[in-house]
Amino acid sequence: MDVMTYLTLPFAQHALVAGFLIALICGIIGPFVIARQMAFAVHGAAELSFTGASAGLLIAGNPVAGALIGSVVVAGAMGLLGDRSRERDSAIGVVLAAGLGLGVYLLSRYQGFASAATNILFGNIFGISWIQILILVALAVAVMVVMVVIYRPLLFASVDPELAQARGVSLKLLGIIFLIVLALSVTEAAQVVGTLLVLSLAITPAAAAQRVSRGPASTTVVSIAIAMLATEGGLILALVWSSVPPTVFISALSFASYVLARLVGPGIARRRREGLERLRNLAAALTEAA
Amino acid sequence: MSSIEILGLRAGYGERSILSDLDLKAGPGEFLAVLGPNGSGKTTLLKVLLGLLKPTAGSVLVDGTAPKPRNRVVGYIPQHRGFDRDLPIRGRDLVTLGLNGHKLGLLRSTRPERALVERALEQVGALDYADAPVGMLSGGEQQRLRIAQAILGEPSVLLCDEPLLALDPGRQMEVTRVIDRYRRERGATVLFVTHEINPVLPYVDRILYLVNGRSVLGRPEAVLTRETLTGLYGNPVEVVRVGERVIVLAGDEESHSEIDGHHHHDHGEVASKWMS
Repeated sequence: MDVMTYLTLPFAQHALVAGFLIALICGIIGPFVIARQMAFAVHGAAELSFTGASAGLLIAGNPVAGALIGSVVVAGAMGLLGDRSRERDSAIGVVLAAGLGLGVYLLSRYQGFASAATNILFGNIFGISWIQILILVALAVAVMVVMVVIYRPLLFASVDPELAQARGVSLKLLGIIFLIVLALSVTEAAQVVGTLLVLSLAITPAAAAQRVSRGPASTTVVSIAIAMLATEGGLILALVWSSVPPTVFISALSFASYVLARLVGPGIARRRREGLERLRNLAAALTEAA
Repeated sequence: MSSIEILGLRAGYGERSILSDLDLKAGPGEFLAVLGPNGSGKTTLLKVLLGLLKPTAGSVLVDGTAPKPRNRVVGYIPQHRGFDRDLPIRGRDLVTLGLNGHKLGLLRSTRPERALVERALEQVGALDYADAPVGMLSGGEQQRLRIAQAILGEPSVLLCDEPLLALDPGRQMEVTRVIDRYRRERGATVLFVTHEINPVLPYVDRILYLVNGRSVLGRPEAVLTRETLTGLYGNPVEVVRVGERVIVLAGDEESHSEIDGHHHHDHGEVASKWMS
């Protein structure tokens, strides 16, 4: 079968829709993950969705619901334990280790096919059902609404926490809200690329975007664009070469865009510096003339 | 009327009081330097005035009302922390966040808000590099943006937490001049926490010197003397004048004497020295 034929089939269409939604939410949260130095939180939340999935599977036969509920519990635990930023990494490590242990135990109690839970480790985007797409749409809408509402104070709290606090922004409340948004997004992303590769959608596109854009808004737009390019491009490539799993292409495309951004980024920065230098010289000349 | 009125202030964290029985009245247009070793309560005092820390005793009024966050009467320059080189934030974005960053929503600003930001950038002479990423600017340029953030909305009280930290002497003078000019034009009260007295000495009206919860308040020539500071520290203190500069040498036998005022030590910095 060629790609065009594949694209008429529901499994491929579901995958592309799911990929679009996940790239959208990952692209939005990515720049904040970097500004708030939360790469480890992303990794932790992603791995722990395995525990949630195992619990959901064992209790209700529904790994996705288990992973989503589990991620909120995990975000709460990380937020409460790691109040100060210096404690945060160790708090995440503690929750991660305990949670993974629990996940292995839960999976050992499960009598059915373990692949339903292990799918979440490596991703299973070509096995997405309509119900899962509906959950994804609801989640993407919720994440976007929350992010649009808290965008400005969250940016303020992330880049300038001391002044934000003095201006009455609650760093603690925003931190917890963002942690929950992050855990939910990451858990959903884990179903596409697998927990082990979540960082390729939640960090890499934003890291690449930062290298080539100057303002916060353009960074977010570029970050979303790269995440979408990597996801949809990866899916289509996986349909062409069907012996290779899509996660391979998605992480490769994502990494390639980062390398490209690093290569062209210095040129952009240099031109910007030169422009700045010209402005400074001009200002100096004007001051002298006045 | 005083812009800052503090009576019998006691404040601290948990059981520990860092400030106690502090009285301070400062009027419009007054430039007050706050000096003292680390842990003596300088930052605590600013937190109380910002409304971020509730006093355990005493009364505090800023411009006639109790301090609370988001008070436009107070401008605040937080302690300097460099920005990440890759941070995708322009100077103008940073200053604008200082104005409306607490409001929910996306980054849209109204026309009057943009005009206010423009004016503040102009006042501190930062218009030339307002559209460059903050991480690429020098320490002095970043500090000017900080001042622009603080003077948005023309506050009548300016709280500055170590604004000269990590700047070279030339930039220290420049930053101090910008703050002083705002004070004179607006008639604002400036509370200037610093380790380095010399760059600000020409502008200072009074000095609040804090040591271990005790304090002395007065004109520089009265506070920066051997007698006053020896009494305050409870240990022999030398005050040396070299040309225009004042160097305070405070220490006891048990502690190493501090060479560089920039370095922060956790073990009660009993020895300190200011140089510009």
